[in-house]
Amino acid sequence: MIAKWLGKVYIGIVMVFLYAPIAVLIALSFNASKSRVLWTGFTFRWYRTLFGSSAIMKAFGTTLALALLSAATASLIGLFAALGIYSMRKSGRRVMLFFTNIPLLNADIVTGIALMLWFVRFLPLGFSSILLAHVTFNIPYVILCILPKLETMDIRQFEAARDLGATTLYAFLRIMLPGLMPGILAGFFMAVTMSMDDFVITYFTKGPGVNTLSTLIYGEIRKGIKPEMYALSSVLFLLVLIILIAVNILTGSKEDKYITKNKEIG
Amino acid sequence: MSKKLIELKNISKSFGNTMVLDELNLYIRENEFVTLLGPSGCGKTTILRIIGGFETPDVGSVFFDGKDITKLPPNRRQLNTVFQKYALFTHMTIAENIAFGLRIRKKDNEYIREKIKYALDLVNLPGYEDRMPDSLSGGQQQRIAIARAIVNEPKVLLLDEPLGALDLKLRQEMQYELIRLKNELGITFIYVTHDQEEALTMSDTIVVMNQGYIQQIGTPESIYNEPTNAFVADFIGESNIIDGIMLEDRLVSIGGKSFECVDTGFEKNEPVDVVIRPEDVELGPVEGGQTTGVVTSIIFKGVHYEIQIESAIGITFMAQTTLNFPAGSHVGISVIPDNFQIMHKPQSEDEEILNIEDYPQGQPL
Repeated sequence: MIAKWLGKVYIGIVMVFLYAPIAVLIALSFNASKSRVLWTGFTFRWYRTLFGSSAIMKAFGTTLALALLSAATASLIGLFAALGIYSMRKSGRRVMLFFTNIPLLNADIVTGIALMLWFVRFLPLGFSSILLAHVTFNIPYVILCILPKLETMDIRQFEAARDLGATTLYAFLRIMLPGLMPGILAGFFMAVTMSMDDFVITYFTKGPGVNTLSTLIYGEIRKGIKPEMYALSSVLFLLVLIILIAVNILTGSKEDKYITKNKEIG
Repeated sequence: MSKKLIELKNISKSFGNTMVLDELNLYIRENEFVTLLGPSGCGKTTILRIIGGFETPDVGSVFFDGKDITKLPPNRRQLNTVFQKYALFTHMTIAENIAFGLRIRKKDNEYIREKIKYALDLVNLPGYEDRMPDSLSGGQQQRIAIARAIVNEPKVLLLDEPLGALDLKLRQEMQYELIRLKNELGITFIYVTHDQEEALTMSDTIVVMNQGYIQQIGTPESIYNEPTNAFVADFIGESNIIDGIMLEDRLVSIGGKSFECVDTGFEKNEPVDVVIRPEDVELGPVEGGQTTGVVTSIIFKGVHYEIQIESAIGITFMAQTTLNFPAGSHVGISVIPDNFQIMHKPQSEDEEILNIEDYPQGQPL
């Protein structure tokens, strides 16, 4: 009884520490005064200036374009990479997975500087260099989302399709791809959030004149924190939250259905 | 006698360092129900996958209707496979599953609808068009897998342990279903299983395999009654395999006692394996037996009792009989000459694996 009660308190404390700062941030974005300690009333003013600012809206557009483009490109490349890794023998697969994991674990600042050094030699820093950098760090996330789906897939279904007269491509598109779709979508949305989240790598590869939301916020904050930034951060948080929920629904629902169906059969 | 439809010539196949098939030769006749029977790892599934086009042999060729199809991909072969775990397309309805091959062949909708209905009637699942595979039982899924294969009107149906995942009762039902289907469709069935009872029930011809080699080819009766070596005898049903010495034609000595048999052509005093099926060991009163023994255990098996007898000639016999001989009782043991199967002893371990050349294919049909 006490253990149960203590457990609940513990969870409560963890939740407070995790989410209280974000809650405060969101609250402040609606605070009429610029003060960080006084609540003087509710206002949408910061949101109005936020959406009225052309610099912010431009950065928002850049962020969105980067996120979608880099996620889409990484999904395609990651899909082929996952298929390649899946069909490798055990030893080759281990080596490939090791190299896949390096960019995930590597410090962002190292990746950022390395990519910058690489890019300045070949192309002007700007939107395209950020895009390339984002595609690069997104690919491993996509691979890691698709591989488990491949491994649990019944390869006999593919063979059955071939047996019934399907070419390799047709069998892949009709039989494999629908099964992989939840993994591909999960990878895509994971990549979108990673791209939207990223500050360090973007900062090093962006060059002058181009800003994503995160680099813009950083620049603004150096001049002093304006309440518009609270509003902007809240909007970002909300966006990522929506995507996360979407991913959960997309990848979770199919498996749940499968489990309940299996239960029905008994 | 119908013509040879599939011919495997000199097939060898290794996976890594493991030799799975070694210079294997086999042909299959039109409209035959052929079963590849053997323990797991004997190469039977590999043969099926080579015929289906999912594996390419390292050496050798596959002929279909006289044409070399060794390099032909599976989608261009006139045969269809029923996979071990059904491999139904889980994201499609039953109708879509069955129509898969027909759509690829660009058949019109009317034709496809009729074919689906025909196939579902054939496997006794009418009206299942709109169900999803997950909502069917194992036996039903298996029938759909068969329906999906046969609507394409293949000349040969390959079946890879299709009943392996079903329970005993369902398995027996499906055996009758398969025989019925085979007769109604009039096509060739190549069936892979490790279940000797399944093989004996359904096949026209059984190919017994072990360690990548064919051990014996023949009708179920000939394989059961005249196994060519101890492996086949042991694998097909239960047997007493006993050391003996062939004294002369039609006379074998077991444990120092001579028994009449019908086998000839052995050397004088050649050591041999003697196979006696448990149901051929006759038990009775002590006086009437060729030898005597003491019952050491008796187990009720339903149709019969399984009895272990320690005999006076020093050999433990297993017998199957409907009569009850309590443990400890003394019995007489007799075997009629016809029921001794005498086989050459293998010279070494390696020779236990017999080469196909030694056993020319006599596939009576």
